Amino acid sequence: MSTAAPRLATPEELELYEPVIGLEVHVQLGTRTKIFCGCPNEFGAAPNTNVCPVCLGMPGALPVLNRAAVELGIRAALALHCEVRRRSVFARKNYFYPDLPKGYQISQYDQPLAEHGWVEIQTPAGPKRIGVHRLHLEDDAGKSSHEGYRDSDRFSYVDLNRTGSPLAEIVSEPDLRSPDEAYEYLTELKLAMQFAGVSNCDMEKGNLRCDANVSVRRRGAAEFGTKVEIKNLNSFRFLRQALYFEIARQVALVESGGRVVQETRLYDPNLDETFSMRSKEEAHDYRYFPEPDLLPLEVGEAWLESIRSSMPAMPAELRRRFVSDYGLREYDAQVLTASRELADYFEGVVHACGDARAAANWVTGDLAALLNAQSLDIALCPVPPERLGELITLVQKGELTGKLAKEILPKMFESREGARAIMEREGLRALSDTGELERIIDQVIAANPKQLEQYRGGKTSVMQFFVGQVMKATRGQANPAAVSELLRRKL
Amino acid sequence: MEIGKLTITGIQEALRARRVSARELAQEALRTAREENPKTNAYLLLAEERALRAAEAVDAALGRGQDPGPLAGVPVAVKDNIVTRGVRTTCGSRLLENFVPPYDATAVERLERAGAVVLGKTNCDEFAMGSSNENSAFGPVRNPAAPDRVPGGSSGGSAAAVAQGTAVAALGSDTGGSIRQPASFCGVVGLSPTYGRVSRYGLVAFASSLDRIGPLARNVRDAAAVLQAMAGRDERDSTSAFAPVPDYQAAMTGEARGLRVGVPLEYFEGLTQDTAAQMEKARALLASLGCELREISLPHTSYAIPCYYIVCTAEASSNLARYDGVRYTWRAPQAETLAEMYSLTRGQGFGAECKRRIMLGTYVLSAGYYDAYYLKAQKVRTLITRDFLAAFEQVDVIATPVSPFPAFRLGEKLDDPLQMYLSDIFTITASLAGLPGLSVPCGRTAEGLPVGLQLIGPHFGEPVLFRLGDAFERAGGASL
Repeated sequence: MSTAAPRLATPEELELYEPVIGLEVHVQLGTRTKIFCGCPNEFGAAPNTNVCPVCLGMPGALPVLNRAAVELGIRAALALHCEVRRRSVFARKNYFYPDLPKGYQISQYDQPLAEHGWVEIQTPAGPKRIGVHRLHLEDDAGKSSHEGYRDSDRFSYVDLNRTGSPLAEIVSEPDLRSPDEAYEYLTELKLAMQFAGVSNCDMEKGNLRCDANVSVRRRGAAEFGTKVEIKNLNSFRFLRQALYFEIARQVALVESGGRVVQETRLYDPNLDETFSMRSKEEAHDYRYFPEPDLLPLEVGEAWLESIRSSMPAMPAELRRRFVSDYGLREYDAQVLTASRELADYFEGVVHACGDARAAANWVTGDLAALLNAQSLDIALCPVPPERLGELITLVQKGELTGKLAKEILPKMFESREGARAIMEREGLRALSDTGELERIIDQVIAANPKQLEQYRGGKTSVMQFFVGQVMKATRGQANPAAVSELLRRKL
Repeated sequence: MEIGKLTITGIQEALRARRVSARELAQEALRTAREENPKTNAYLLLAEERALRAAEAVDAALGRGQDPGPLAGVPVAVKDNIVTRGVRTTCGSRLLENFVPPYDATAVERLERAGAVVLGKTNCDEFAMGSSNENSAFGPVRNPAAPDRVPGGSSGGSAAAVAQGTAVAALGSDTGGSIRQPASFCGVVGLSPTYGRVSRYGLVAFASSLDRIGPLARNVRDAAAVLQAMAGRDERDSTSAFAPVPDYQAAMTGEARGLRVGVPLEYFEGLTQDTAAQMEKARALLASLGCELREISLPHTSYAIPCYYIVCTAEASSNLARYDGVRYTWRAPQAETLAEMYSLTRGQGFGAECKRRIMLGTYVLSAGYYDAYYLKAQKVRTLITRDFLAAFEQVDVIATPVSPFPAFRLGEKLDDPLQMYLSDIFTITASLAGLPGLSVPCGRTAEGLPVGLQLIGPHFGEPVLFRLGDAFERAGGASL
């Protein structure tokens, strides 16, 4: 069916055809308990242990909405610049599947929690806003396993631990025009969710799941082409690959005089292609209707405001500020906003030392290297930002040289002590006492008469030799600039 | 000691005076139930162990000088669509013939906390869908007043258990009339409380926006006492009301003078002659109590049946989806594939009425039909509710027949679902509007068949219903 399709659309083809992409992203909200019952919302428990009559869909059991899930949903909405509706309505989405115990999912339909948001992404042509059509809350289904058991030829296994986990489904506008833009959008969305404290967005744990709607049209055409939904795009790489494949498939189809059929396709990462799952005719009729077991959700102004006021700055905003207020390079700003913890850490260092560039250099340089070496997350960094700030201040004040500071940081990392404690214990400090420094310089000069002669004979490059010797004699505690200055006078 | 002659107040006095123990009462009730059940098939299960344990707890409390609760020792039957922990709950369906719930319904929990003794589970139409109790997978129930006739439905077993004198009170559920209609057919009192007054947690859902749990009893006072113990906000049911629960016994002053009673013209059409005759007597008795009778109109009444059968089937089609053979349900053994598991399990597991309603409900929710049916029905529902709200600006209570006809013969309407649906024509309006409705006996037909008077009150108007119902009863309403 797709064997003849090229793996990638050629640049020529892409000059003729424009891909149109929209993403539906499911974010699992990081609440302690499930959305409609008190069972733990956690990953990795033994199968069918985090369950109760409510999430098992037992007869007579009723859902009760978890306030924390709504709060995280609102945080997600605000992080995506959405308007939160004062009143939203839960609805039943009816379909049969063994891992859906109630026979319906409790979702939101015509009155979602939030709408009309946007996510800013970077493109080669500059920043671009991708519309967020809507964000709604729903409960997750369980997990079916069709493989890996001795009797998998006859049975499927169902684990309902995940049933009832709170999800926010975020539907973008069809504003994305390439797989790279889709990749950027998902990256930015994930970052926003992490910054807002909504979810860890761990794709391996299914915290973040993505489906895509894709169509192609001749460039300049006003109408969209027929769209195809692709499911199972559960990594950033798969998303990009599947989109590349699907665009090529559609372009080839249209080029050869065929027509794209509206359908749902599944991406197979092993074969790196998509294959048809169900046609439009086989599509479910979900028979949505308002969930009679739950009252409409009313979000009061006071609650909304209190959530709004507790929202941190979003990454795009932070990056702009880091560049404009702190004078950082775009690249550093990007690196420092990779997570909320890192950005917070960096700002903590700036706050403590007042030198943003130095702070950026230390955080992205020596500190990052130390963390990497131990595979530590910034959240677990043994050196608090105030202490790194102090270290930088010591350099600024000339009490430490840069070289000494670089030696001290790993010790702070190791011993969890402050810079001063280490300096005192190990007798490390910059030699600011010119009398002592002069004495050492005199000794060095006296010990190297040959080099002195060369210098005085006009070979000024020997200066470097003397600086090195002095530094060695002072075990790096001297300020190299001060050493050069004194040497120049004495030689 | 005859269970069929006891009242809740009488039991409380006898227990506290040590004339009888709760255990003796329970044993007697169980014995009578066992003995009488073959005649009616009212019970699907007797929970002897649970009943005796509860009774012993009451006796122990009394022995320690503690208050065993307002329903202490009262033998109560529970409709089998209300879940009971460790006690099989079938909903009258083959699909749940082996379902033992691991939790209690809030209503049951509260009754037991008040000292009630749950005797067993009563027969009902499958998933509460029916008006004759003939849709039970475990055989029909016979009307104790006339064994060749139906007890009404869907709470037919609960009504029969109270009528035959094996339980002092029973829990039923009412979606479109399922407590009131069998109460009237069997000659007992039945209340469908305001929607939200009693928690639905543990009531197996048929149509969630209409379903209510309510009491059946031999007199209004007992029904009020049972409601008192169950009513009130429950955190496990988001639709349960926060409204405070008034003192229902205090509302029953024995006086009905000055109450304005609305008589809606639309509800007195199409009655059988004998029902009409009883209604005439009921009106006369109300007038003699000093009630001011006013003719009123509820103009949207004629749309109630189509509206109801769209709303309730839509919700039912979704509520019954969970009986799919995957977990606690019976599973068709021949199934080889997933699709077969669904179709064979549900095809063989559900009875005809359930299947009919699942199909209707699936249809009215389908893409392209939703607006024309479900959405339209919701609008009609609003209009029906407005009719009532407007009426309650002029009257305190509305009085109507419960059903256009008395108990019919077993099998008589089985092949004509539309005729069957007409049994509930006067009860579904209050259901759609979320209003409370009390069914009180108002004499018998020439053939000796009980007839019921329905009193409909405003939202949370149970006190006025009890007041009028109690006065009517004391004035001899049951033997008109």
